[in-house]
Amino acid sequence: MLPMNHVIALSAILFTIGVLGVATRRNIIVMLMSIELMLNAVNLAFVAFNRIWAQVDGAPALDGQIFVLMVIAVAAAEVAVGLGILLAMFRNRDSVNVEEVDLLKW
Amino acid sequence: MSAETILFYVFAILAVVSALGMVLNTRNTVASAMSLVVTMISLGAIYLLLEAYLIAALQIMVYGGAIVVLFLFVVMLLNLATDEFPPGRQRIVKLAVAIAGVAVLAQVLVALDRQPLFAAQPETVPEGFGGYRQVGISLYTDYVLLVEMAGLLLLAAIVGALILAKRKID
Repeated sequence: MLPMNHVIALSAILFTIGVLGVATRRNIIVMLMSIELMLNAVNLAFVAFNRIWAQVDGAPALDGQIFVLMVIAVAAAEVAVGLGILLAMFRNRDSVNVEEVDLLKW
Repeated sequence: MSAETILFYVFAILAVVSALGMVLNTRNTVASAMSLVVTMISLGAIYLLLEAYLIAALQIMVYGGAIVVLFLFVVMLLNLATDEFPPGRQRIVKLAVAIAGVAVLAQVLVALDRQPLFAAQPETVPEGFGGYRQVGISLYTDYVLLVEMAGLLLLAAIVGALILAKRKID
């Protein structure tokens, strides 16, 4: 049995690293990768909590792991669409610097 | 300390170091993506230690394989091996966000340290926990609507990505 407090702490640390990546980097590819890292941190918390509450009335309870599967599906969709947007943006601007894409900023 | 716990700490340190390497590497985008692979595979190993076997396999296949390959593909397609931007604006905002993030993290870690949250956890898991059979039964009985919604979402994502990546929309 792993020390569960430390598993949740690892999840929090990875999430914070992802937040820092999104907040401080300007390369949109690295920002997308940081978002993936945050999704993974949440997945780790889901799996850890599912391991803590592994059974309900003697039967295995796997709701956390089902959630992780859904998060993986959403992450795959998000990466496909995000990289499509990135390709269109690179074609128009010739750059992946997010500060050059500020048309919607007032 | 059991062997499992030692392995957990090894992979946890590996995951944190490579995640930091991904975020802090401002010179080489390919190296950032490779650091992300190390993080994903370390997390896969931690899922194995948490007895989520199907999730561990999917983590390594989908994240370590497909998603990072997609990132590398785009990096190489756009020829972005180096990423050097001129110094940016809004330093203060970024610094504030970074400090706020680290403060919240410190709060969470202190709370976890004070509270022995999970004292009543079971040492053993039920038969078949986390294997493909149990997860599949759960997925196709209780959560079958969720599976169909995920399928619809992925279809929409495929169509959206195709339209976005197309050079001209006729």
